Amino acid sequence: MSTDTDPVTPSPAGAHHVAPPDIRPWWLRPKTFVIAAGVVVFAAFMWRFGGGDIRFSTEHRPRPGTTFDWDYFFALVPDMLRGIWVTAQATVAGFAVALVIGLLLALGRRSRLRVVRLPVALFIEFVRSTPLLIQLYFVYYALPDWDITLGAFVTLVIGLGVHYGTYCSEAYRAGINSVPKGQWEASTALNLGPTTKWSQIIIPQAIPNVLPALGNFLIAGFKDAPLGSTIQVTGILAFATAASGRSFDAGVEPYTLIGIGFLLVSIPSAWLVRRLERRIAYERIS
Amino acid sequence: MDIQLPAHYYDRLFEGLQVTLQVLALAFALGIVLSVVLGVARLSPSRIARSVSLAWIEVTRGISTIVLLFWMAYALPILLGVDQPSLLLMGSIALGINMGGYGGEIVRGAIQSVPRGQTEASIALNLTETQRLRHVILPQAMRIILPPMGNLTIEILKGTALVSLISLSDLSYEGVKLRVSGRLSPDAPSDAVLFVNILVIYFVVAQIINGLFRLAEWRVNRRFEGARNGVELSPSPKVTAGAGG
Repeated sequence: MSTDTDPVTPSPAGAHHVAPPDIRPWWLRPKTFVIAAGVVVFAAFMWRFGGGDIRFSTEHRPRPGTTFDWDYFFALVPDMLRGIWVTAQATVAGFAVALVIGLLLALGRRSRLRVVRLPVALFIEFVRSTPLLIQLYFVYYALPDWDITLGAFVTLVIGLGVHYGTYCSEAYRAGINSVPKGQWEASTALNLGPTTKWSQIIIPQAIPNVLPALGNFLIAGFKDAPLGSTIQVTGILAFATAASGRSFDAGVEPYTLIGIGFLLVSIPSAWLVRRLERRIAYERIS
Repeated sequence: MDIQLPAHYYDRLFEGLQVTLQVLALAFALGIVLSVVLGVARLSPSRIARSVSLAWIEVTRGISTIVLLFWMAYALPILLGVDQPSLLLMGSIALGINMGGYGGEIVRGAIQSVPRGQTEASIALNLTETQRLRHVILPQAMRIILPPMGNLTIEILKGTALVSLISLSDLSYEGVKLRVSGRLSPDAPSDAVLFVNILVIYFVVAQIINGLFRLAEWRVNRRFEGARNGVELSPSPKVTAGAGG
């Protein structure tokens, strides 16, 4: 979304347009405002509409004596869709947090200072090898001891964000390491400051290579997001639990339904990520 | 702030840890078997075996662990007409199936990375298909399987926390119970201390698993290097330490 135009050298048709270096400091560039506005709008949207307190309708019950009641199964579909919508919102918001946290962690891990590098590495390893469930409990039940009280939905978003942030940081690290050494040396030779070097040279080359990995983490996050039901987020699993609690053997249909609902989302997204993977591999060769 | 729990807390948590490890062991055993079977079937000459294993892998990878777990624990017994199923078994099977889906892809990738000449040589030496797999392909694929399999095992360890939600008394379940019962006594440790302790226990177990896989890797590599008398045939395939799950 760059609004800069190049008045000096009109680029010939077909050639790559090389923008002149922007001499403004990074916080005055229009790009920064666009990104900041996007983040604010996204956060406001999530804050306002995210994880609304849904009541799942209660009039449907399976006919007694049937193992699998198809009428009941189809009657549950609208509620399931509402549940999956909340779960998807939490996933997207959590992943947005993860992308930012992951970048910070990746940069922290490369830091020249050992007091930054080692704690960050330990934090990544620790969060990556402990269950998200307990991390959610920690955020939900333990943080109020320090007077930080978060709603259930925000807890889920932050839990997913930090958990997958550590995964993303590893992906970013691989991407940053894949940027050729000459690019680093060239930025030093051109006397670029750290902000320009990172934002204009390194990150734009590092991110495309790791997009498929990030996509996989997004799907993985979607699979973990139903955990929100343990801290009263009215997502897809909360729907199934509520529906199965209505009568003695009402559990079969809702659990089968959410299984199918999951597959309908995750298999196509996995397919898209694989396509992206192939495409990037292709572009890297050519 | 005291970050240690009272002794009887640790007793309860270690009781829970035993259940966690039990579930992990069962799931791992099932997961390894499924991984090898699926990985080999994905490359089988039979079209049916290929498509069935592909469908199985896609479904088990696409479905969320927690949804699969709930379905196995609450829906499957009713569909099969089984009363009072063993939840420990159902939970382990669900995690094992989940692991098998990811592991199958790891095994497939590793088998494919073994140079084609090895297969051709075993055919030329008139080895049967089983011999070829058992003595030629899998030992070489092992070097590539082990690092991502270690990550996957840690993912399954994290997955075992989910069995607390179908009320198996594993480490997480004991932790939540201790939190609830602690509310009644005034001198109970804070929730933060309790959960940090549980997280540290999981972390230590994960590091032990990591160490075991490193050891296995080292042994496999040593055997491999020895057999080749130090002749480097191909650059050693170092799989990037990405996430297993």
